[in-house]
Amino acid sequence: MLTETAQPSLSPIFGRLTLDWIPYHEPILVGTFAGVVLGGLLVLALMSYFRLWGPLWRNWVTTVDHKKIGIMYMILGFVMMVRGFADALMMRLQQAMAAGGVEGYLPPHHYDQVFTAHGVIMIFFVAMAFVTGLMNYVMPLQIGARDVAFPFLNNFSFWMTVAGALLVNISLFIGEFARVGWLAFPPLSGASYSTGPGMDYYLWALQIAGVGTTLSGINMIATVLKMRAPGMKLMDMPIFAWTSLITNVLIVAAFPVLTATLALLTLDRYLDFRFFTNDFGGNPMMYINLIWVWGHPEVYILIIPCFGVISEIVATFSGKPIFGYRTMVWATACIMVLSFVVWLHHFFTMGSGASVNTFFGITTMIIAVPTGVKIFNWLFTMYKGRVRLEVPMLWVIGFLVTFTIGGMSGVLLAVPPVDFQLHNTLFLIAHFHNVIIGGVVFAVYAAVTYWWPKAFGFRLDDTWGRRSFWFWFVGFYFAFMPLYALGLMGVTRRMNAYPDAGWQPYFIVAAFGAVLILLGILSTFAGFYVSIRDRKRLACGRDPWDARTLEWATQSPPAPYNFPEDIRIVGREAFWHMKQTGFKWSGHYRPIHMPKNTATGALISAAALVFGFAMVWYIWWLALLSFAAMLALGIAHTFNYNRDYHIPSDEVTATELKGAAA
Amino acid sequence: MSSHTHTASHGTMGQLMIGFGLAALLTIIPFGLVMGEVGISRSTLVGIIMGLGAVQILVHLVYFLHLSRSSEEGWTLSASIFAVIILAIVLAGSLWVMHNMNENMMPMPEMHRQIEQMKSLQAQEG
Repeated sequence: MLTETAQPSLSPIFGRLTLDWIPYHEPILVGTFAGVVLGGLLVLALMSYFRLWGPLWRNWVTTVDHKKIGIMYMILGFVMMVRGFADALMMRLQQAMAAGGVEGYLPPHHYDQVFTAHGVIMIFFVAMAFVTGLMNYVMPLQIGARDVAFPFLNNFSFWMTVAGALLVNISLFIGEFARVGWLAFPPLSGASYSTGPGMDYYLWALQIAGVGTTLSGINMIATVLKMRAPGMKLMDMPIFAWTSLITNVLIVAAFPVLTATLALLTLDRYLDFRFFTNDFGGNPMMYINLIWVWGHPEVYILIIPCFGVISEIVATFSGKPIFGYRTMVWATACIMVLSFVVWLHHFFTMGSGASVNTFFGITTMIIAVPTGVKIFNWLFTMYKGRVRLEVPMLWVIGFLVTFTIGGMSGVLLAVPPVDFQLHNTLFLIAHFHNVIIGGVVFAVYAAVTYWWPKAFGFRLDDTWGRRSFWFWFVGFYFAFMPLYALGLMGVTRRMNAYPDAGWQPYFIVAAFGAVLILLGILSTFAGFYVSIRDRKRLACGRDPWDARTLEWATQSPPAPYNFPEDIRIVGREAFWHMKQTGFKWSGHYRPIHMPKNTATGALISAAALVFGFAMVWYIWWLALLSFAAMLALGIAHTFNYNRDYHIPSDEVTATELKGAAA
Repeated sequence: MSSHTHTASHGTMGQLMIGFGLAALLTIIPFGLVMGEVGISRSTLVGIIMGLGAVQILVHLVYFLHLSRSSEEGWTLSASIFAVIILAIVLAGSLWVMHNMNENMMPMPEMHRQIEQMKSLQAQEG
């Protein structure tokens, strides 16, 4: 076994972790580390100065409130987006420089880690965090629920996701990250070719975060099926609640495949199994097959909630009910099933032959049909509506244009002979950034602008919102249209340097686009800052957009219990109906039964983080200890009978009166 | 939603015992077949064990997890059917894909034969 020959001695205390693994000889990393430490110390000092540690622990870390957990998911998403985008800028700069014999500033060893980290972070800890956060915040409010079905599980899921994200970031300063691409195909990712700890960081980070994702999927399904307000039939739910349900069904169906596949690769790496090796009966192609059985549903897990977001915003800002509600639901359901029969289009070139490729090529083209149905539904919703071009609607229009272009380049790639030309080229990179940025990111930005007033009681600043949109929108086209062209010229992905100086102008334009996107991200944060500073000026009531769905019936921000009493739901667009009929809360409230906060979720996740770190470095005693701690904490929690409390009716009345006055 | 649905998710003692009996039987048969060294070919044996395993899963679902059309307003049944469909797609699909890949990619003698064939075809056309 190669790992044994490469690392003959394991310290009983530190495993294979030695001082050599601290990258103090790499100036880029040392600079980053210094920045992170200084920034971290500043935050620590400020938090101590303003005595925020207690409130942070009581109100946020231990919270089981789906709204706060949703907000924390969004914060995680934005923080990790900064990290992932820093990786993107580094790659764009490297490729803008390294033409015609120039080596650029990133050595291959580092460059390979950068593109792997970029992909892993952007998918698992940015896009997933964003969509989970949105579903967490919005969906229970939309169906008139007090919280999700399992509030403690929700808190635990969130902290497991954070533990995974932390493990990825620890790899930046202790050891290295994987150098294998975001899906870590063997044999490159196997024990023989990835000997360092980087690949193990990858495995354990994704496994730990995956626990959170799967559990949160189960939680959300139970919430939609069991927690709807009285009278709300499934076919009365807002589209976003529908897309949340379907997304979480996909999560529960697909993520176990990822877990199992990564577990098999872990066995290969740790215990010398031979599932995916070239020799001894292993088959690396089986890994590629299995990982894409998960991977294709995964991209729909990211985009389907975004379809829900777009549906809500289009209906609100067109002043009309969504066009074709039923077709919308059925199109989403079709995508749910079809997303499981297209996975081979990710490896047409691996040699399954014409019949298999034809089947998967056709299914891939078919899945574009329900997606097209949705695009037309949104267009028809706007048609003859009174469209208000507020910032969320700008993002929606940016989405419609960009996502449609990305979808069409996808249908092009679905033709196997075309794919043989374009496989692993920058054309593919341009395609999936076209659908993920144009689809997921634009929709998330639309959602953040749309639901921010609900979450905080004031709008986001309009000017900065528009700046952010235009920088992102124009920046996207500058950054990725050159990549389509380069892909058609045959430029492959993940290149550290290239000989043909003729490609360089395209890469420079792409780098310019990335700088525009940077300005877009900075505008977003400037917008957050300005809006929080001017929150008095931007303050708004419960329904700033004249919206149609139930979440706007609550106060902004909603009280911990969401709705002071049960509402009887009749038909779709409950809140629109309430506004038409002049609905008023009764004013005579009963005490509300609520779940209590608990630290168990955060503590188990902390133990899971230690466990992951110990497994990466072969520190077996610590792994055993932290695993035992996880079990002990979980069992101890079952003896915690002090789990709930009642909000007295006086307090509910007082909160509701205060909300009515504001 | 309503509390009466909870009653459906707990079986009676009799049901549990039937389930236990079936599960035990379905475990003993494959063990007996292997340990008794019955004169069945290896691939048939594997098939029988896999089949009994599948039946075992059904027994667990019905008798221990109380899968029925009525429990939880039919959601457990539809969820199980969905799970079975996805499983079938993944299993059958993977087998099909990997089988074709083996056919096309792996056996080198086969490849040489095809190359020879192509060469002779080209020679005929030329």
